[in-house]
Amino acid sequence: MVAYEQSSPVLQRDVKNNSSETGAARVSTPSPLGVDIHLATLGYQDTIILEDLRLTLHPGRITCLLGPSGVGKTSILKSLAGFLPLSKGSRIECSDGKPLAGRISYMDQNDLTLPWASVLDNLVIAARLSGKKPDFDRARHLLETVGLAGKEALLPSQLSGGMKQRVALARTLMDDNPLVLVDEPFSALDAITRHRLQDLTVSLLSTKTVLMITHDPLEALRMGHHIHVLSGDPVRLSDDLNLTTPVPRDPTGPDITACYNDILALLNTARTEELS
Amino acid sequence: MKVIRLIVTAVVLVLAWGLIAWGLDLPRFILPSPLAVLKTTLTKYDIILGHALTTALEIFLGLVLGVSLGCLSALIISANRGIKRWIMPVLIASQAIPVFAIAPLLVLWFDYGITSKVVMATLIIYFPVTVSFLDGLNRTDPAWLDMATLMQQGGSPSRLLKAYRLYRYIKIPFALPSLASGLRVATAVAPIGAVVGEWVGSSSGLGYLMLHANGRMQTDLMFAALLVLAFMAISLFYLVDYVLRLALRWQPDQHSVYD
Repeated sequence: MVAYEQSSPVLQRDVKNNSSETGAARVSTPSPLGVDIHLATLGYQDTIILEDLRLTLHPGRITCLLGPSGVGKTSILKSLAGFLPLSKGSRIECSDGKPLAGRISYMDQNDLTLPWASVLDNLVIAARLSGKKPDFDRARHLLETVGLAGKEALLPSQLSGGMKQRVALARTLMDDNPLVLVDEPFSALDAITRHRLQDLTVSLLSTKTVLMITHDPLEALRMGHHIHVLSGDPVRLSDDLNLTTPVPRDPTGPDITACYNDILALLNTARTEELS
Repeated sequence: MKVIRLIVTAVVLVLAWGLIAWGLDLPRFILPSPLAVLKTTLTKYDIILGHALTTALEIFLGLVLGVSLGCLSALIISANRGIKRWIMPVLIASQAIPVFAIAPLLVLWFDYGITSKVVMATLIIYFPVTVSFLDGLNRTDPAWLDMATLMQQGGSPSRLLKAYRLYRYIKIPFALPSLASGLRVATAVAPIGAVVGEWVGSSSGLGYLMLHANGRMQTDLMFAALLVLAFMAISLFYLVDYVLRLALRWQPDQHSVYD
């Protein structure tokens, strides 16, 4: 089921993307953005972690990068976000031909709520930082959507971990950027909260192009339209696992269980954990 | 509870003082009894009050000036990494010279009046405020700096405006807890600056009153002035600590320094 060949990663534009897989109404105005990524090398300090990484982000789809800790997943996200400089020969191309800068939202491992600001003020921080007028109505509406109605005036210290991640999710949606980078934001949550937030995230990000990294195979299987595994030594990116069922998936389904075993086999080829 | 602890501590200290004065049968000019000091404080309260007001004004002005200059310096240094390499050695070297050593100079330059004492207090307050605020400004969560960079990509292209907003909404709030520790130290050392200035040369203030009383063997008046000074310093510290805790209520691990 899982093809793990490094020969020719997919790079052609995905055109058959609007086959309404999720069933969710996708009536958002601008058409979703597709992104082609080629990173020549990816290094952390002086060590090169990855070479020749090619990845296509399909418009309006969630692409999951699955890999063990320390394999360089976060570095991939950070190069896309522009936090890390791109290596020579790397390029990132958007389907509309415009540059990617300024069109990215980021969801960190930590909720990154500002401890001194109320929930509502936390949502409008991007507007404040870029000198735009804060849209409090939209913020209130989004808080309702993520299930935090009535909590506008609370401080982050008065919220649970799950609620703080809901604030982070709402803040991510505030910007309305076409590409959302998600760095395993649910890893610190308990199982039930994580489950609910995964569902919520899938439904709220249904019109966005999402790149999500995670070390949890079940999370990837649950949320990712497209799943790639980072493993091996040296680290390689697997081809898309080609799951066609809609997300969020039921992790107990037979196809998912089979896929889970394949992923575990792939992950076992990584030596990263032993190295650290 | 805190008030009770404070009262108990004060009573025990005064009792110990009284016992030593009475038990060792020391003459009044070596160690006056608490009762004698209390009597002097009450009978000479008008003289003490006048001098206390001078010292209080010096401390207040020193705090305002020292804190403003310190915050301003920290902001400038943090925004210009190039300047930091030039300024920090000067700042540290300036701290190697005890303020006591330059006190006579300050009195020479700024005269016997209140100015030289305010300058002294400012000098002594400036350093802890600058260093603590600068430290806080340099320790913004890197994840948030990245996030802010991303959020500012769509906005106005002006670098100055971006920097201003970054400081206003992210860097300064993150630095406030650190600045608060600097302010507590500043409040604790401010009276030192004022009183040392008064010792070196002045015609009013509690420091002046102490020297004056000492020269006339009026040890009870000296103690009275000292008590009033201690009361002022402690009240000021409590006040500042209270205000800071109120302002930083959002900090999840915010505790009083006394807890």
